[in-house]
Amino acid sequence: MKAEGKQAIWKEYQKEIADDKYFYVRSCVRQNFFPGSETTFLRILREELGKDIYEHACHTTCTGIGYHGDIVPVDTMMTVVARQFAMMTEAGYENLVPSCITSFGIYTEVMDTWHHFPETEQKVRDYLWKATGREFQIPKNLAHASDIVFKFRKEIAAKAKYQLINKETGKPLKVVEHIGCHYAKMFPDKGIGGAEYPYVLTGMIEEWGGEVIDYPERRHCCGFGFRQYLVQANRGYSMSCSHKKFESMKPYQPDLILTNCPGCPMFLDKWQYAIAELEGKTYGANGQGIPVFTYEELAGLMLGYNPWDLGLQMHQVSCEPLMDKIGIEYNSETKYHDKNGNSLGVPEKPTVLKVSL
Amino acid sequence: MQDVRFQEGLKACINCGTCTAICAAASFYNYDPRSLVDTIQRRDDDEIIELLKSETIWYCGECMSCKTRCPRGNTPGLVIMALRAMSQDLGYFVESEKGRQQLAIKRTVGQWILDHGYCLYLEGVGTNLHPEQGPIWDFIQKNWKETFERLGGNYKGEGPGILRKIPEEALDEIRKIFDITGGTERYENIEKFSKLKAQELNLELKDGIDNEYFRHIYSNNNQSHERE
Repeated sequence: MKAEGKQAIWKEYQKEIADDKYFYVRSCVRQNFFPGSETTFLRILREELGKDIYEHACHTTCTGIGYHGDIVPVDTMMTVVARQFAMMTEAGYENLVPSCITSFGIYTEVMDTWHHFPETEQKVRDYLWKATGREFQIPKNLAHASDIVFKFRKEIAAKAKYQLINKETGKPLKVVEHIGCHYAKMFPDKGIGGAEYPYVLTGMIEEWGGEVIDYPERRHCCGFGFRQYLVQANRGYSMSCSHKKFESMKPYQPDLILTNCPGCPMFLDKWQYAIAELEGKTYGANGQGIPVFTYEELAGLMLGYNPWDLGLQMHQVSCEPLMDKIGIEYNSETKYHDKNGNSLGVPEKPTVLKVSL
Repeated sequence: MQDVRFQEGLKACINCGTCTAICAAASFYNYDPRSLVDTIQRRDDDEIIELLKSETIWYCGECMSCKTRCPRGNTPGLVIMALRAMSQDLGYFVESEKGRQQLAIKRTVGQWILDHGYCLYLEGVGTNLHPEQGPIWDFIQKNWKETFERLGGNYKGEGPGILRKIPEEALDEIRKIFDITGGTERYENIEKFSKLKAQELNLELKDGIDNEYFRHIYSNNNQSHERE
Protein backbone atom coordinates (compact mmCIF):
# COMPACT_ATOMS: atom_id res chain seq x y z
CA MET A 1 0.00 0.00 0.00
CA LYS A 2 1.33 3.44 -0.90
CA ALA A 3 1.70 5.78 2.07
CA GLU A 4 -0.08 9.06 1.41
CA GLY A 5 -0.89 12.32 3.19
CA LYS A 6 -0.42 12.24 6.94
CA GLN A 7 0.66 8.62 6.77
CA ALA A 8 3.56 9.55 4.48
CA ILE A 9 4.58 12.47 6.69
CA TRP A 10 4.41 10.31 9.83
CA LYS A 11 6.60 7.68 8.18
CA GLU A 12 9.47 10.20 8.06
CA TYR A 13 9.36 10.47 11.82
CA GLN A 14 9.32 6.83 12.76
CA LYS A 15 12.61 5.26 13.65
CA GLU A 16 14.05 1.82 13.85
CA ILE A 17 14.52 0.67 17.42
CA ALA A 18 16.45 -2.51 18.14
CA ASP A 19 14.45 -5.35 19.66
CA ASP A 20 17.02 -6.72 22.11
CA LYS A 21 20.70 -6.85 23.17
CA TYR A 22 21.32 -3.32 24.41
CA PHE A 23 24.47 -1.63 25.75
CA TYR A 24 23.31 0.81 28.43
CA VAL A 25 25.10 4.06 29.30
CA ARG A 26 24.03 5.99 32.39
CA SER A 27 23.20 9.65 32.78
CA CYS A 28 25.06 12.20 34.93
CA VAL A 29 21.83 13.89 36.04
CA ARG A 30 19.48 10.89 36.20
CA GLN A 31 21.87 8.94 38.43
CA ASN A 32 22.08 11.77 40.95
CA PHE A 33 18.51 13.02 40.95
CA PHE A 34 16.43 10.06 39.73
CA PRO A 35 18.37 6.90 40.63
CA GLY A 36 15.13 4.95 41.00
CA SER A 37 14.34 5.67 37.34
CA GLU A 38 17.46 3.96 36.00
CA THR A 39 16.90 1.03 38.37
CA THR A 40 13.28 0.77 37.21
CA PHE A 41 14.20 0.92 33.51
CA LEU A 42 16.58 -2.03 33.90
CA ARG A 43 14.02 -3.89 36.04
CA ILE A 44 11.29 -3.48 33.41
CA LEU A 45 13.56 -4.56 30.57
CA ARG A 46 14.99 -7.57 32.37
CA GLU A 47 12.10 -8.77 34.53
CA GLU A 48 9.00 -7.74 32.55
CA LEU A 49 10.30 -7.94 28.98
CA GLY A 50 13.11 -10.50 29.31
CA LYS A 51 15.62 -8.38 27.40
CA ASP A 52 19.43 -8.50 27.46
CA ILE A 53 20.70 -5.10 28.58
CA TYR A 54 24.32 -4.78 29.64
CA GLU A 55 26.27 -2.15 31.57
CA HIS A 56 30.06 -1.94 31.83
CA ALA A 57 31.56 -0.53 35.05
CA CYS A 58 34.21 1.42 33.08
CA HIS A 59 31.89 3.49 30.90
CA THR A 60 31.68 7.18 31.81
CA THR A 61 29.96 10.44 31.01
CA CYS A 62 29.86 11.46 27.33
CA THR A 63 31.04 14.88 28.68
CA GLY A 64 27.74 16.38 27.45
CA ILE A 65 27.23 18.97 30.20
CA GLY A 66 30.90 19.99 29.90
CA TYR A 67 30.65 20.13 26.11
CA HIS A 68 27.51 22.27 26.19
CA GLY A 69 29.03 24.28 29.05
CA ASP A 70 31.82 24.92 26.50
CA ILE A 71 34.72 23.81 28.70
CA VAL A 72 35.17 20.54 26.75
CA PRO A 73 36.39 20.89 23.13
CA VAL A 74 34.58 19.09 20.35
CA ASP A 75 37.51 16.74 19.63
CA THR A 76 37.67 15.72 23.29
CA MET A 77 33.93 15.06 23.41
CA MET A 78 34.06 13.00 20.20
CA THR A 79 36.94 10.88 21.48
CA VAL A 80 35.22 10.17 24.81
CA VAL A 81 32.14 9.15 22.79
CA ALA A 82 34.37 6.92 20.65
CA ARG A 83 35.60 5.27 23.85
CA GLN A 84 31.99 4.48 24.81
CA PHE A 85 31.54 2.93 21.35
CA ALA A 86 34.72 0.90 21.92
CA MET A 87 33.40 -0.46 25.23
CA MET A 88 30.17 -1.45 23.48
CA THR A 89 32.08 -3.12 20.66
CA GLU A 90 34.40 -4.99 23.02
CA ALA A 91 31.42 -6.27 25.03
CA GLY A 92 29.92 -7.70 21.82
CA TYR A 93 26.97 -5.31 21.50
CA GLU A 94 25.78 -3.16 18.57
CA ASN A 95 22.79 -1.31 20.02
CA LEU A 96 23.57 1.71 22.20
CA VAL A 97 20.98 2.95 24.71
CA PRO A 98 21.80 6.20 26.52
CA SER A 99 19.81 7.19 29.60
CA CYS A 100 20.18 10.89 28.78
CA ILE A 101 18.70 13.12 26.09
CA THR A 102 21.77 15.33 25.79
CA SER A 103 23.89 12.18 25.42
CA PHE A 104 21.48 10.94 22.78
CA GLY A 105 21.86 14.28 20.98
CA ILE A 106 25.64 14.11 21.30
CA TYR A 107 25.90 10.57 19.95
CA THR A 108 23.64 11.59 17.06
CA GLU A 109 25.71 14.73 16.42
CA VAL A 110 28.97 12.76 16.43
CA MET A 111 27.69 10.16 13.99
CA ASP A 112 26.23 12.86 11.75
CA THR A 113 29.51 14.83 11.82
CA TRP A 114 31.48 11.72 10.89
CA HIS A 115 29.05 11.05 8.06
CA HIS A 116 29.43 14.54 6.58
CA PHE A 117 33.12 15.01 7.47
CA PRO A 118 34.72 11.54 7.26
CA GLU A 119 38.13 13.01 8.06
CA THR A 120 36.89 13.84 11.57
CA GLU A 121 36.07 10.18 12.18
CA GLN A 122 39.58 9.13 11.17
CA LYS A 123 41.08 11.82 13.38
CA VAL A 124 39.05 10.59 16.36
CA ARG A 125 39.99 6.96 15.67
CA ASP A 126 43.65 8.02 15.79
CA TYR A 127 43.15 9.98 19.02
CA LEU A 128 41.40 7.06 20.69
CA TRP A 129 44.07 4.61 19.62
CA LYS A 130 46.85 6.85 20.92
CA ALA A 131 45.09 7.49 24.24
CA THR A 132 43.73 4.03 24.98
CA GLY A 133 44.74 1.50 22.31
CA ARG A 134 41.03 0.89 21.66
CA GLU A 135 39.12 0.51 18.40
CA PHE A 136 35.40 0.63 17.79
CA GLN A 137 32.40 0.03 15.56
CA ILE A 138 29.77 2.72 15.18
CA PRO A 139 26.51 1.53 16.80
CA LYS A 140 24.16 -0.21 14.41
CA ASN A 141 21.23 1.18 16.35
CA LEU A 142 21.02 4.20 18.65
CA ALA A 143 17.88 4.55 20.77
CA HIS A 144 17.26 6.67 23.84
CA ALA A 145 15.98 4.65 26.81
CA SER A 146 12.54 6.21 26.30
CA ASP A 147 12.49 4.95 22.71
CA ILE A 148 12.74 1.43 24.13
CA VAL A 149 9.87 2.04 26.56
CA PHE A 150 7.87 3.51 23.65
CA LYS A 151 8.58 0.42 21.56
CA PHE A 152 7.28 -1.86 24.31
CA ARG A 153 4.48 0.43 25.55
CA LYS A 154 1.79 -2.07 24.54
CA GLU A 155 3.53 -4.92 26.37
CA ILE A 156 3.75 -2.69 29.45
CA ALA A 157 0.05 -1.79 29.09
CA ALA A 158 -0.83 -5.48 28.89
CA LYS A 159 0.89 -6.10 32.24
CA ALA A 160 -0.26 -2.86 33.88
CA LYS A 161 -2.13 -2.81 37.17
CA TYR A 162 -3.26 0.80 36.72
CA GLN A 163 -4.24 3.20 33.94
CA LEU A 164 -4.02 6.97 33.54
CA ILE A 165 -7.71 7.30 34.35
CA ASN A 166 -9.39 9.24 37.12
CA LYS A 167 -10.99 6.59 39.29
CA GLU A 168 -13.80 8.94 40.38
CA THR A 169 -14.84 10.28 36.98
CA GLY A 170 -13.64 7.46 34.71
CA LYS A 171 -12.09 10.09 32.42
CA PRO A 172 -8.53 10.07 31.06
CA LEU A 173 -6.04 12.11 33.07
CA LYS A 174 -4.70 15.24 31.38
CA VAL A 175 -0.98 14.97 30.74
CA VAL A 176 1.57 17.58 29.72
CA GLU A 177 4.53 15.99 27.99
CA HIS A 178 8.00 17.51 27.60
CA ILE A 179 10.47 15.67 25.38
CA GLY A 180 13.59 17.75 26.09
CA CYS A 181 15.35 19.91 23.51
CA HIS A 182 18.20 17.62 22.49
CA TYR A 183 15.94 14.65 21.74
CA ALA A 184 14.79 15.96 18.37
CA LYS A 185 15.42 19.69 17.88
CA MET A 186 18.82 19.13 16.30
CA PHE A 187 18.00 15.99 14.34
CA PRO A 188 14.20 15.75 14.07
CA ASP A 189 14.25 12.55 12.02
CA LYS A 190 16.07 10.74 14.84
CA GLY A 191 13.24 11.25 17.34
CA ILE A 192 9.88 9.52 17.23
CA GLY A 193 7.47 12.12 15.86
CA GLY A 194 10.23 14.71 15.35
CA ALA A 195 10.48 18.03 17.21
CA GLU A 196 7.17 19.61 16.19
CA TYR A 197 4.80 16.67 16.86
CA PRO A 198 6.80 14.55 19.28
CA TYR A 199 5.27 11.15 19.83
CA VAL A 200 7.70 9.27 22.07
CA LEU A 201 5.94 10.23 25.31
CA THR A 202 2.55 10.82 23.71
CA GLY A 203 2.54 7.20 22.52
CA MET A 204 3.06 5.99 26.09
CA ILE A 205 0.43 8.34 27.52
CA GLU A 206 -2.22 7.32 24.99
CA GLU A 207 -1.43 3.62 25.36
CA TRP A 208 -1.66 3.84 29.14
CA GLY A 209 -5.05 5.60 29.07
CA GLY A 210 -4.22 9.30 29.39
CA GLU A 211 -4.95 12.34 27.25
CA VAL A 212 -2.18 14.65 25.99
CA ILE A 213 -2.54 18.42 26.32
CA ASP A 214 -1.22 20.42 23.37
CA TYR A 215 -0.51 23.78 25.02
CA PRO A 216 1.21 26.83 23.48
CA GLU A 217 4.64 26.50 25.10
CA ARG A 218 4.81 22.71 24.76
CA ARG A 219 8.08 22.90 22.85
CA HIS A 220 9.82 25.60 24.95
CA CYS A 221 12.98 24.62 26.82
CA CYS A 222 12.70 23.73 30.53
CA GLY A 223 15.51 26.24 31.09
CA PHE A 224 18.57 24.11 31.85
CA GLY A 225 20.63 26.07 29.33
CA PHE A 226 23.78 24.41 30.77
CA ARG A 227 25.78 27.49 31.92
CA GLN A 228 22.44 29.24 32.53
CA TYR A 229 21.76 26.85 35.40
CA LEU A 230 25.24 25.70 36.40
CA VAL A 231 26.25 29.23 37.44
CA GLN A 232 24.10 30.78 40.15
CA ALA A 233 24.20 34.28 38.65
CA ASN A 234 22.42 33.01 35.52
CA ARG A 235 19.59 31.03 37.08
CA GLY A 236 17.01 33.70 36.32
CA TYR A 237 17.14 32.43 32.73
CA SER A 238 16.50 28.91 33.87
CA MET A 239 13.61 29.74 36.15
CA SER A 240 12.00 32.09 33.62
CA CYS A 241 11.84 29.31 31.01
CA SER A 242 10.09 26.92 33.39
CA HIS A 243 7.83 29.76 34.54
CA LYS A 244 6.79 30.45 30.95
CA LYS A 245 5.80 26.81 30.55
CA PHE A 246 3.86 26.65 33.85
CA GLU A 247 1.90 29.80 32.98
CA SER A 248 1.10 28.36 29.56
CA MET A 249 -0.05 24.95 30.83
CA LYS A 250 -1.92 26.11 33.94
CA PRO A 251 -5.25 26.95 32.22
CA TYR A 252 -5.48 23.32 31.04
CA GLN A 253 -5.23 22.05 34.64
CA PRO A 254 -2.88 19.16 33.91
CA ASP A 255 -2.87 16.21 36.29
CA LEU A 256 0.80 15.53 35.66
CA ILE A 257 3.87 16.45 33.63
CA LEU A 258 5.73 13.61 31.90
CA THR A 259 9.36 14.13 30.89
CA ASN A 260 11.96 12.51 28.67
CA CYS A 261 15.27 14.17 29.58
CA PRO A 262 16.93 13.63 32.99
CA GLY A 263 17.30 17.37 33.66
CA CYS A 264 13.81 18.54 32.73
CA PRO A 265 11.93 16.76 35.55
CA MET A 266 14.40 18.15 38.05
CA PHE A 267 13.87 21.71 36.82
CA LEU A 268 10.11 21.42 36.38
CA ASP A 269 9.89 19.97 39.90
CA LYS A 270 12.30 22.26 41.73
CA TRP A 271 11.40 25.52 40.00
CA GLN A 272 7.78 25.00 41.10
CA TYR A 273 9.12 25.01 44.65
CA ALA A 274 11.30 28.09 44.05
CA ILE A 275 8.51 30.03 42.28
CA ALA A 276 6.14 29.21 45.15
CA GLU A 277 8.63 30.42 47.73
CA LEU A 278 9.58 33.57 45.79
CA GLU A 279 6.26 34.59 44.26
CA GLY A 280 3.72 32.74 46.40
CA LYS A 281 2.35 31.12 43.26
CA THR A 282 1.51 27.42 42.88
CA TYR A 283 0.28 25.54 39.83
CA GLY A 284 -1.53 22.48 41.16
CA ALA A 285 -4.70 22.13 43.25
CA ASN A 286 -4.86 23.14 46.94
CA GLY A 287 -1.52 24.94 47.03
CA GLN A 288 0.38 21.92 45.75
CA GLY A 289 2.38 21.72 42.53
CA ILE A 290 1.80 19.74 39.35
CA PRO A 291 3.50 16.36 39.90
CA VAL A 292 6.38 15.72 37.50
CA PHE A 293 7.44 12.24 36.43
CA THR A 294 10.11 10.52 34.42
CA TYR A 295 8.80 8.00 31.89
CA GLU A 296 10.43 5.17 33.90
CA GLU A 297 8.59 6.27 37.05
CA LEU A 298 5.28 6.40 35.20
CA ALA A 299 5.82 2.97 33.62
CA GLY A 300 6.68 1.60 37.08
CA LEU A 301 3.55 3.14 38.58
CA MET A 302 1.37 1.62 35.83
CA LEU A 303 2.96 -1.77 36.55
CA GLY A 304 2.08 -1.43 40.23
CA TYR A 305 5.63 -1.03 41.60
CA ASN A 306 5.98 0.46 45.08
CA PRO A 307 6.24 4.25 44.48
CA TRP A 308 8.97 4.53 47.11
CA ASP A 309 11.06 1.98 45.18
CA LEU A 310 10.67 4.22 42.13
CA GLY A 311 12.09 7.17 44.05
CA LEU A 312 9.00 9.40 44.09
CA GLN A 313 9.99 10.48 47.61
CA MET A 314 12.89 12.41 46.03
CA HIS A 315 10.53 14.87 44.32
CA GLN A 316 9.88 18.25 45.91
CA VAL A 317 6.38 18.42 44.41
CA SER A 318 4.37 15.61 45.97
CA CYS A 319 3.19 12.78 43.72
CA GLU A 320 0.40 11.63 46.07
CA PRO A 321 -2.38 13.73 44.43
CA LEU A 322 -1.79 11.93 41.14
CA MET A 323 -1.63 8.52 42.80
CA ASP A 324 -4.87 9.28 44.66
CA LYS A 325 -6.63 10.23 41.43
CA ILE A 326 -5.67 6.91 39.84
CA GLY A 327 -6.29 4.92 43.01
CA ILE A 328 -2.73 3.66 43.35
CA GLU A 329 -2.13 1.94 46.68
CA TYR A 330 0.80 3.23 48.72
CA ASN A 331 1.93 3.39 52.31
CA SER A 332 2.75 6.94 53.44
CA GLU A 333 4.48 5.65 56.56
CA THR A 334 7.25 3.93 54.59
CA LYS A 335 7.94 6.87 52.26
CA TYR A 336 11.19 7.86 53.96
CA HIS A 337 12.40 4.45 55.04
CA ASP A 338 15.72 2.84 54.15
CA LYS A 339 15.84 -0.53 52.43
CA ASN A 340 15.61 -2.34 55.76
CA GLY A 341 12.47 -0.49 56.80
CA ASN A 342 14.12 1.92 59.25
CA SER A 343 12.77 5.46 59.30
CA LEU A 344 15.12 8.22 58.14
CA GLY A 345 12.91 10.97 59.59
CA VAL A 346 11.05 13.42 57.37
CA PRO A 347 12.17 16.41 55.29
CA GLU A 348 11.26 19.91 56.33
CA LYS A 349 8.21 21.44 54.69
CA PRO A 350 8.58 24.35 52.28
CA THR A 351 7.10 27.62 53.50
CA VAL A 352 4.56 28.11 50.70
CA LEU A 353 4.34 25.01 48.53
CA LYS A 354 2.05 22.44 50.13
CA VAL A 355 3.47 18.91 50.24
CA SER A 356 2.49 15.48 51.52
CA LEU A 357 5.06 14.03 53.90
CA MET B 1 37.02 29.69 11.41
CA GLN B 2 38.16 26.11 10.82
CA ASP B 3 35.69 24.78 13.41
CA VAL B 4 33.44 22.17 11.79
CA ARG B 5 30.51 23.78 13.59
CA PHE B 6 30.87 26.94 11.48
CA GLN B 7 30.45 24.81 8.36
CA GLU B 8 27.51 22.89 9.80
CA GLY B 9 25.91 25.84 11.51
CA LEU B 10 26.00 28.62 8.94
CA LYS B 11 25.04 28.47 5.28
CA ALA B 12 23.87 31.76 3.77
CA CYS B 13 21.61 33.19 6.47
CA ILE B 14 18.71 35.17 4.98
CA ASN B 15 18.20 37.32 8.07
CA CYS B 16 14.57 36.30 8.51
CA GLY B 17 14.79 36.40 12.33
CA THR B 18 13.04 33.08 12.92
CA CYS B 19 15.90 32.04 15.23
CA THR B 20 15.37 35.11 17.39
CA ALA B 21 11.63 34.51 17.53
CA ILE B 22 12.07 30.96 18.82
CA CYS B 23 15.14 31.61 20.99
CA ALA B 24 14.77 30.91 24.73
CA ALA B 25 17.73 33.21 25.47
CA ALA B 26 16.30 36.08 23.40
CA SER B 27 13.13 36.03 25.47
CA PHE B 28 15.15 36.63 28.63
CA TYR B 29 18.42 38.39 27.74
CA ASN B 30 19.29 41.34 25.50
CA TYR B 31 20.16 38.84 22.84
CA ASP B 32 19.48 38.50 19.12
CA PRO B 33 20.93 35.46 17.34
CA ARG B 34 19.88 36.88 13.97
CA SER B 35 22.14 39.91 14.30
CA LEU B 36 24.96 37.78 15.74
CA VAL B 37 24.88 35.45 12.75
CA ASP B 38 24.75 38.49 10.48
CA THR B 39 27.95 39.82 12.09
CA ILE B 40 29.72 36.49 11.57
CA GLN B 41 28.52 36.35 8.00
CA ARG B 42 30.13 39.75 7.26
CA ARG B 43 33.53 38.25 8.25
CA ASP B 44 34.76 41.54 9.69
CA ASP B 45 37.61 40.54 12.01
CA ASP B 46 37.34 43.60 14.26
CA GLU B 47 33.64 43.03 14.82
CA ILE B 48 34.25 39.36 15.54
CA ILE B 49 36.97 40.13 18.09
CA GLU B 50 34.58 42.52 19.76
CA LEU B 51 32.02 39.71 19.92
CA LEU B 52 34.55 37.32 21.43
CA LYS B 53 35.11 39.81 24.27
CA SER B 54 31.40 40.53 24.71
CA GLU B 55 28.66 39.31 27.03
CA THR B 56 26.59 38.48 23.94
CA ILE B 57 28.12 35.11 23.08
CA TRP B 58 27.44 33.77 26.59
CA TYR B 59 23.66 34.26 26.61
CA CYS B 60 22.70 31.22 24.49
CA GLY B 61 21.48 28.14 26.42
CA GLU B 62 22.39 25.71 23.61
CA CYS B 63 18.86 24.27 23.51
CA MET B 64 19.23 24.28 19.70
CA SER B 65 15.63 25.35 19.09
CA CYS B 66 17.09 27.56 16.32
CA LYS B 67 18.10 24.46 14.36
CA THR B 68 14.57 23.12 14.15
CA ARG B 69 12.97 26.25 12.81
CA CYS B 70 15.61 27.88 10.56
CA PRO B 71 14.36 27.70 6.97
CA ARG B 72 17.97 27.37 5.74
CA GLY B 73 18.93 24.64 8.18
CA ASN B 74 21.37 26.88 10.02
CA THR B 75 22.22 26.53 13.69
CA PRO B 76 23.18 29.77 15.43
CA GLY B 77 23.69 27.64 18.57
CA LEU B 78 26.53 25.77 16.88
CA VAL B 79 28.07 29.05 15.72
CA ILE B 80 27.94 30.21 19.34
CA MET B 81 29.78 27.06 20.45
CA ALA B 82 32.55 27.72 17.93
CA LEU B 83 32.80 31.37 19.07
CA ARG B 84 32.97 30.36 22.73
CA ALA B 85 35.79 27.94 21.90
CA MET B 86 37.71 30.74 20.17
CA SER B 87 37.06 33.19 22.99
CA GLN B 88 38.56 30.76 25.50
CA ASP B 89 41.50 29.77 23.31
CA LEU B 90 42.39 33.45 22.75
CA GLY B 91 41.78 34.50 26.36
CA TYR B 92 39.03 37.00 25.47
CA PHE B 93 36.44 35.29 27.68
CA VAL B 94 37.69 37.04 30.84
CA GLU B 95 36.75 40.43 29.38
CA SER B 96 33.03 39.86 30.09
CA GLU B 97 31.17 39.06 33.31
CA LYS B 98 29.42 36.09 31.72
CA GLY B 99 32.59 34.85 30.04
CA ARG B 100 34.55 34.84 33.31
CA GLN B 101 32.07 32.25 34.62
CA GLN B 102 33.85 29.60 32.54
CA LEU B 103 36.27 29.11 35.42
CA ALA B 104 33.36 28.19 37.70
CA ILE B 105 32.15 25.55 35.23
CA LYS B 106 35.69 24.23 34.74
CA ARG B 107 36.30 23.93 38.49
CA THR B 108 33.01 22.10 39.12
CA VAL B 109 31.78 20.08 36.12
CA GLY B 110 35.23 20.03 34.50
CA GLN B 111 36.93 18.69 37.60
CA TRP B 112 34.17 16.15 38.34
CA ILE B 113 34.59 14.62 34.85
CA LEU B 114 38.28 13.96 35.54
CA ASP B 115 37.89 12.92 39.19
CA HIS B 116 34.65 10.94 39.12
CA GLY B 117 33.90 10.18 35.45
CA TYR B 118 30.60 12.08 35.39
CA CYS B 119 29.63 15.73 34.92
CA LEU B 120 27.87 15.85 38.29
CA TYR B 121 29.11 14.77 41.67
CA LEU B 122 26.54 14.17 44.39
CA GLU B 123 28.55 15.78 47.17
CA GLY B 124 29.24 18.83 44.99
CA VAL B 125 25.64 19.77 44.24
CA GLY B 126 24.30 20.55 47.70
CA THR B 127 21.89 23.31 48.60
CA ASN B 128 24.84 25.59 49.48
CA LEU B 129 25.41 26.13 45.73
CA HIS B 130 21.87 25.07 44.71
CA PRO B 131 19.34 26.45 47.22
CA GLU B 132 16.50 25.96 44.72
CA GLN B 133 16.82 22.20 45.26
CA GLY B 134 14.75 22.75 48.36
CA PRO B 135 14.28 21.00 51.71
CA ILE B 136 13.87 17.60 50.02
CA TRP B 137 17.42 17.81 48.69
CA ASP B 138 18.72 18.82 52.13
CA PHE B 139 17.07 15.69 53.48
CA ILE B 140 18.50 13.46 50.75
CA GLN B 141 21.99 14.90 51.16
CA LYS B 142 21.72 14.08 54.87
CA ASN B 143 20.60 10.54 54.05
CA TRP B 144 22.19 9.97 50.65
CA LYS B 145 23.70 6.60 51.46
CA GLU B 146 20.41 5.09 52.66
CA THR B 147 18.35 6.82 49.95
CA PHE B 148 20.58 5.62 47.12
CA GLU B 149 20.86 2.15 48.61
CA ARG B 150 17.08 1.79 48.68
CA LEU B 151 16.83 2.93 45.05
CA GLY B 152 19.37 0.44 43.73
CA GLY B 153 22.42 2.71 43.84
CA ASN B 154 26.03 1.56 44.17
CA TYR B 155 27.52 4.76 45.58
CA LYS B 156 31.33 4.60 45.30
CA GLY B 157 31.04 0.82 45.05
CA GLU B 158 32.90 -1.64 42.83
CA GLY B 159 31.36 -2.97 39.60
CA PRO B 160 28.55 -1.44 37.55
CA GLY B 161 25.62 0.60 38.84
CA ILE B 162 24.39 4.01 39.82
CA LEU B 163 27.11 6.42 41.02
CA ARG B 164 29.66 3.58 41.24
CA LYS B 165 33.33 4.38 41.70
CA ILE B 166 34.76 4.62 38.20
CA PRO B 167 37.91 2.43 38.15
CA GLU B 168 41.17 4.38 38.13
CA GLU B 169 42.25 2.83 34.82
CA ALA B 170 39.10 4.18 33.17
CA LEU B 171 39.70 7.66 34.61
CA ASP B 172 43.30 7.46 33.35
CA GLU B 173 41.99 6.83 29.84
CA ILE B 174 39.69 9.86 30.08
CA ARG B 175 42.59 12.03 31.29
CA LYS B 176 44.78 10.82 28.42
CA ILE B 177 42.00 11.63 25.97
CA PHE B 178 41.86 15.14 27.45
CA ASP B 179 45.65 15.49 27.10
CA ILE B 180 45.74 14.38 23.47
CA THR B 181 42.63 16.13 22.14
CA GLY B 182 43.02 19.61 23.58
CA GLY B 183 40.77 19.21 26.64
CA THR B 184 43.63 19.69 29.10
CA GLU B 185 44.89 22.68 27.13
CA ARG B 186 41.41 24.26 27.27
CA TYR B 187 41.30 23.77 31.05
CA GLU B 188 44.81 25.25 31.45
CA ASN B 189 43.88 28.23 29.31
CA ILE B 190 40.80 28.93 31.41
CA GLU B 191 42.95 28.81 34.56
CA LYS B 192 45.75 30.94 33.10
CA PHE B 193 43.59 33.80 31.85
CA SER B 194 41.38 33.70 34.95
CA LYS B 195 44.42 34.13 37.22
CA LEU B 196 45.53 37.18 35.24
CA LYS B 197 42.03 38.66 35.44
CA ALA B 198 41.81 37.96 39.18
CA GLN B 199 45.05 39.90 39.71
CA GLU B 200 43.75 42.77 37.61
CA LEU B 201 40.52 42.88 39.63
CA ASN B 202 42.46 42.48 42.87
CA LEU B 203 40.43 39.43 43.89
CA GLU B 204 41.99 36.46 45.65
CA LEU B 205 42.01 33.25 43.55
CA LYS B 206 43.19 30.05 45.20
CA ASP B 207 42.62 26.43 44.15
CA GLY B 208 39.11 25.02 44.42
CA ILE B 209 35.86 26.92 44.89
CA ASP B 210 36.30 28.48 48.32
CA ASN B 211 37.89 31.77 47.31
CA GLU B 212 36.96 35.35 46.52
CA TYR B 213 37.26 35.19 42.71
CA PHE B 214 35.22 31.99 42.39
CA ARG B 215 32.45 33.38 44.60
CA HIS B 216 32.48 36.61 42.60
CA ILE B 217 32.15 35.01 39.16
CA TYR B 218 29.67 32.39 40.40
CA SER B 219 27.18 34.77 41.96
CA ASN B 220 27.78 38.28 40.63
CA ASN B 221 25.18 39.70 38.24
CA ASN B 222 25.52 43.37 37.28
CA GLN B 223 21.88 43.36 36.15
CA SER B 224 22.69 44.73 32.70
CA HIS B 225 21.94 41.52 30.81
CA GLU B 226 18.21 41.03 30.90
CA ARG B 227 15.51 42.46 28.69
CA GLU B 228 13.44 45.28 30.15
